[in-house]
Amino acid sequence: MSRVMAQIAMVMNLDKCIGCHTCSVTCKQTWTNRGGVEYVWFNNVETRPGQGYPRGYEDQDRWKGGWRLRNGRLTPRSGGRVRRLGRLFANPELPLLDDYYQPWTYDYENLVNAPLGDDVPTAAPRSLVDGAPASITWGPNWDDDLGGGPAHLAGDPVLRRVSDEVRLEYERSFMFYLPRICEHCLNPSCVAVCPSGAMYKRLEDGIVLVDQDRCRGWRMCVTGCPYKKVYFNHHSGKAEKCTMCYPRIEAGEPTVCSETCVGRLRYLGVMLYDADRVGEAAAVAREEDLYPAQLGCFLSPDDPEVAAAAEASGVPHDWVLAARRSPVYSLIVRHRVALPLHPEYRTMPMVWYVPPLSPVVDALAGTGHDGEDAGNLFGAIDALRIPLSYLAGLFTAGDTAPVETALRRLAAMRSHMRAINLGEEPDPAVAEAVGMRPAEIEEMYRLLALAKYDERYVIPTAYAAGAGRADATGGCSLDGPGGPGMTEGAGIGVGAGPGTGVGTDMGVDMGTGMGAGMDAFHASPLPHDGDDRLRGRVNLFGWDGKGLPDGLFPPRRGEAR
Amino acid sequence: MRHLQIALWGVLPYLVLVLFVAGSLWRHHYDRFGMTTRSSQLHESRLLRVAGPLFHYGLLFVIAGHVVGLLVPEQLTEDMHITESLYRANALVVGGLAGIAAVAGLTVLLWRRLRTRAVRLASLRSDRLVYPVLATVLLAGLAATLLGSTTGTYDYRLGVSVWFRSLFELEPDVPAMANAPFLFQVHTLFGMALFALWPFSRLVHAFAVPLGYLVRPYVVYRSRSTFAGRNGTR
Ligand code: SF4
Ligand code: SF4
Repeated sequence: MSRVMAQIAMVMNLDKCIGCHTCSVTCKQTWTNRGGVEYVWFNNVETRPGQGYPRGYEDQDRWKGGWRLRNGRLTPRSGGRVRRLGRLFANPELPLLDDYYQPWTYDYENLVNAPLGDDVPTAAPRSLVDGAPASITWGPNWDDDLGGGPAHLAGDPVLRRVSDEVRLEYERSFMFYLPRICEHCLNPSCVAVCPSGAMYKRLEDGIVLVDQDRCRGWRMCVTGCPYKKVYFNHHSGKAEKCTMCYPRIEAGEPTVCSETCVGRLRYLGVMLYDADRVGEAAAVAREEDLYPAQLGCFLSPDDPEVAAAAEASGVPHDWVLAARRSPVYSLIVRHRVALPLHPEYRTMPMVWYVPPLSPVVDALAGTGHDGEDAGNLFGAIDALRIPLSYLAGLFTAGDTAPVETALRRLAAMRSHMRAINLGEEPDPAVAEAVGMRPAEIEEMYRLLALAKYDERYVIPTAYAAGAGRADATGGCSLDGPGGPGMTEGAGIGVGAGPGTGVGTDMGVDMGTGMGAGMDAFHASPLPHDGDDRLRGRVNLFGWDGKGLPDGLFPPRRGEAR
Repeated sequence: MRHLQIALWGVLPYLVLVLFVAGSLWRHHYDRFGMTTRSSQLHESRLLRVAGPLFHYGLLFVIAGHVVGLLVPEQLTEDMHITESLYRANALVVGGLAGIAAVAGLTVLLWRRLRTRAVRLASLRSDRLVYPVLATVLLAGLAATLLGSTTGTYDYRLGVSVWFRSLFELEPDVPAMANAPFLFQVHTLFGMALFALWPFSRLVHAFAVPLGYLVRPYVVYRSRSTFAGRNGTR
């Protein structure tokens, strides 16, 4: 059988997102609260319809992200190898800071230091790039909640495509939130366009990372990613991106955005897929076929043949077990309610979305109809073509059928569960109409509405591909004494090696914790006892390049450490 | 005077070479994180999109010209029946155009660096040294090419080039360089300064030419374990 690979994937249930931006803020505090990445949000939440962040990033005619088919072969849309190298000295498709937004802070000091006077002092905005007084004209979520009116909506590339037929009446428009992180694609175009080979997809869990020591700042990846989820740090001159919080994932913990999500709408789990099928699936001719083609890459972990092949390919047994319990697999494959974001970019994204039924329910309720009646809902899904074709533009390259199926299943669940809650006998015809058994509907409901922490996040701890037969089948190879997780310096090498992950310094800092299991992760982030070399040194990763913090240089002779 | 000449053209080149090699190794070993183009395109793109390629492509041609001019002995081109006048005309036209492109590109880039506030602030301290040196080297070189071909009769392939090759034979031909015109001496001296600065400034990014990209598979996989022996691409 084929080459089986495992991927940590995410599903977000858009119906539950309240647009609170907690995920964005906690992510920023964790990863990008440093100089040079002030404008960077590894996780952002955008209001749809809307332009998104950076502005209009979905317009690939302009930004040239993702892949395209040329003579039946996949090439990065920004050009093949020769063209990319020819453009080494200036990247014509690089979004500027203005396309994201000019980051700013406020002159808080003035509130305290202003001389006594008649006027209340103000904290005027200051640019975070050059410190000059700034006028704020755009931000990362400027058009939040449809703020700014119809003029901004015109900048939505997805809407532009659907609204040729349907004029959007602003007062009657629908709205929902779309939280976005890096998709950790199966066929990542960011990796493909990196001339230095600094970006890579991890064999073990499919997380896509930038090797900070190998990145040379060519900025091709920023263009190559159609979701614009690789960013350029303008202090360090290196690319940075969402890391799927790999130090947490390796320890079996959910990402920070998932952990802190107020709506508890994020699910994390393992997907097994056939690596040999990816290239073919990404190159199907019709864009509408990309969603089914990607579904075709996923393997059923319940199939004993798949399980055997997985273990033969080096996927540990506990990963296969985790794949069987994977909430992500259930939502994507078993219930078919989760859909990929923009499959037409051909990168095979791995963060999927349960489309929101609420625009439909709201529209129904607004007209005085019962928003929980299956018949009403089915009819409304049919009648409300705007949300449907818009959602299809986001999730299925314009094919409304899969979106309709997903929405109808959500509608059926709504009406089925209401009957149960009211103590009525649920109408079996409702479940049948969407091709599900009542038990399946209830299972899906459990997952979407009630699932607790350990059902939403089923994350096996890390392993190392090819670490040896016995290890590969016996759970986490890094835990055992003498295993790579235990040797001196190995903690550094395993998790983030000088090079893998976000930064050498960071790898050093978090070194031992990585790969050594949960206990070590929660324990002190300092290096092992006996490894004094790094004690007292400054963490360069957190240094903004200004001034000389203590410990930047080794102490002078005679000076105590 | 003689001692000065020996110091400049007989000793200094070796010091520079040692500094260049040792510095590069040191940088590679201890500061791979710092090896980057340090692009400021995020702040300003309009000027960079024109001037960046103009400067770099101009420079690539200039470098190719230097390789030919310095390493290929005059005897060889004569044996290939390339007449001196043809060689000179070629050097003047191609070298002159490339030099002008590089100088024009650098001018715009410097203007951009000074006038765009965000770009100016993103500059390194070492830039204050690198840019004047670079500009001097380029201007002196361009002047030598243009003036030398129109007025002078100095054949650098019988002077500077001989000196350059003699360096690698460990028998520096000091007089060959000492007798070269002033412009050539300035160009060479500042050129050496450039090589000395190389490892310690943004110039290191020249080592990053990603030629491997041409033969690499598009998608790179790597194991998270450095012990597993399945590193690298596949
Ligand atoms: S979404 Fe992530 S993995 Fe996919 S192309 Fe963009 S940066 Fe790469
Ligand atoms: S924390 Fe959850 S609910 Fe809040 S914006 Fe993020 S995804 Fe939506």
